[in-house]
Amino acid sequence: MAQYQLVLEAGRADRQYWRDLWAFRELLLQLARRDVSVHYKQTVIGAAWAVVRPLVTVVILTVVFSRVAKLQADGDVWYPLFVLAGMMGWQLFAAVLSESSNSLVANANLVSKVYFPRLLVPLSGLGVPVVDLLVLSPFLAGLMAYAGQVPPWQVVCAPLFLLLAVATALGFGFGLCALNVKFRDVRYVLPFVVQFGVYVSPIGYATSQVPPEYQVQYHLNPMVFVIDGLRWSLLGVGDPFAGGGWLVSMAVTLIALLVGVWYFRRTEKTFADVI
Amino acid sequence: MTEPIIRVEGLGKKYLLRHQAGGPRYRALRDVFADGIKSGFGLFRRTNSPPTREEFWALKDVNVEVNPGEVVGIIGRNGAGKSTLLKILSRITEPTTGRVTLNGRVASLLEVGTGFHPELTGRENIYLNGSILGMGRSEIARKFDEIVAFAEVEKFLDTPVKRYSSGMYVRLAFAVAAHLEPEILVVDEVLAVGDADFQKKCLGKMGEVARGGRTVLVVSHNMQSVSTLCTRACCLHQGELVFDGAVSDGIAKYYQVSTTTLDGQEPAARRPGTGEIRFGRVVPNREQFRPEEAKHFQFQYDSTVADPPKFTLSARLRDALGHVVCQCDSRYLGIHSAGKVAGTGELIVRTPWMKPGEYWLDLFLIGGEGAGVMDWYEEACRFQVLPILPYPHTAPESSISPSVVLAEYSWTVDASPFV
Repeated sequence: MAQYQLVLEAGRADRQYWRDLWAFRELLLQLARRDVSVHYKQTVIGAAWAVVRPLVTVVILTVVFSRVAKLQADGDVWYPLFVLAGMMGWQLFAAVLSESSNSLVANANLVSKVYFPRLLVPLSGLGVPVVDLLVLSPFLAGLMAYAGQVPPWQVVCAPLFLLLAVATALGFGFGLCALNVKFRDVRYVLPFVVQFGVYVSPIGYATSQVPPEYQVQYHLNPMVFVIDGLRWSLLGVGDPFAGGGWLVSMAVTLIALLVGVWYFRRTEKTFADVI
Repeated sequence: MTEPIIRVEGLGKKYLLRHQAGGPRYRALRDVFADGIKSGFGLFRRTNSPPTREEFWALKDVNVEVNPGEVVGIIGRNGAGKSTLLKILSRITEPTTGRVTLNGRVASLLEVGTGFHPELTGRENIYLNGSILGMGRSEIARKFDEIVAFAEVEKFLDTPVKRYSSGMYVRLAFAVAAHLEPEILVVDEVLAVGDADFQKKCLGKMGEVARGGRTVLVVSHNMQSVSTLCTRACCLHQGELVFDGAVSDGIAKYYQVSTTTLDGQEPAARRPGTGEIRFGRVVPNREQFRPEEAKHFQFQYDSTVADPPKFTLSARLRDALGHVVCQCDSRYLGIHSAGKVAGTGELIVRTPWMKPGEYWLDLFLIGGEGAGVMDWYEEACRFQVLPILPYPHTAPESSISPSVVLAEYSWTVDASPFV
């Protein structure tokens, strides 16, 4: 007989959980793959949507912020490029956040019929945004080449900031998808947050344009550090570490992650009863 | 004595039911949330009658030990707690009290085709479903051809499953699950799907699994498959284990608790239907009929409104596998009943001759002029048809088993009666 024993009891801490999470890694890939292959089914232009949407946003933001509101980029970077670099980070964050927050409800049939570590579900929300990012990046590189923008040495840090965007989104995503199981209000709040997030994050303008006395409060939005860092590493403009605001952003991300995972794990066992 | 592979001790599961004070109907947990979403302003729209919460024990103090290689049938009426037990064993939900010790990996099959995505092809769904059920990629790849052959879908592997017929869909889904190799297999009612041939194939596969020394837990309403497949039966009733032992005794117990609690176990008001008029007691004129004799069923009806509408009646006779043997609708006879607040009636079914076995009678009370079903009374009563065939001689059982009903027939050979 297999040397495998499992005891199920109310409130029993699941020592196997993290091992199970690893054992089910293939399921994570399969779920992500499913989301990706289904995402652009029955669309005419398919994955081109991954480029079209940020592009249109960039054009609109360029017109509104640069021509109408006369906002400026840091340094002498071509303004659309400045916006696109910020947009890339924001888009990744927003997509991961919405995909993961809706993931449990969208996979309700799985949750109520099969066991697997539920953390996989919001994690699998990563698939589509990451593929979209991969589609968008050559486009950004092309635009940089067109503008004659040479990437600085910090470009090697770019993946770290993308990772930070993902971690931040997942931190909130874990908590929100668990909340969404019980309170479907989340579904209505989220598009709203994503919408106004574009304006409270430094996408159309530089963080340095925010008055110094509000810098700390401004950095409570963890995406401020992510976007600044991404721009710094891709375009070599600004200084994301100036003024220590980045520590505030990092702290918010860390707290979101810890609270998110804690709340998720705490409510996880009742998902099937409630969903 | 070997160590049991599953040990269940004092297992209980409590749900909270919320019901509106003054409201006639119980709410499922699901409704509580559905309502919240519908109203959108759940927080601000406290109704006049505050909801009260009531505890409901879906399982109470269940103790079972299962040894490796056993095939245990878990039987019981709807709401007896079978599905809750399976959900706990498959770790979908956690128990409120008690504990379960599992000495092997569990694969559970609570639904056929969990996680199938209609847009994906058969091939993609095999991989997806396989990993949902806990198989690794290499394991699926190894069994891929076997799965495809079992499901008989070779030609459609690269077609999205949304274009599959429902039969193909079910076959593919079961095929994936059937190739799992856990120590414990937990199956819920999956045999209720698919055509007869495929059902037979599934039964064969499950028997094979069991003979391979693995442990199988099956929940079923289908007493026939329980009796062919299982080595042991556990009968649940209202959350409690009322029987654990030999299959034939277990099935007898199932029928016994089913009938003793038919009245009142499910309040009439909880049945589907608009409810202006409901059936009361329904009884056959005898518990056991001979196949060829006329079967009488007396019923009462009662109205909840002062001015009851006209109605027509319909009845279905179902066998133990759930197949509808015949349906008797009063509209074909031009019978409408009108206007009484309460009364009694009788259904007499003269033909066909029915095969021996267990049967259920479902009754429907339908409002006239398209008013819809007022009472939808499934399993209103149960009756048995005795294994006394209405023929003068006997023959091997296989000579009659494929037929649905028994016919009154004669043969002639060379123009002379054949007796």
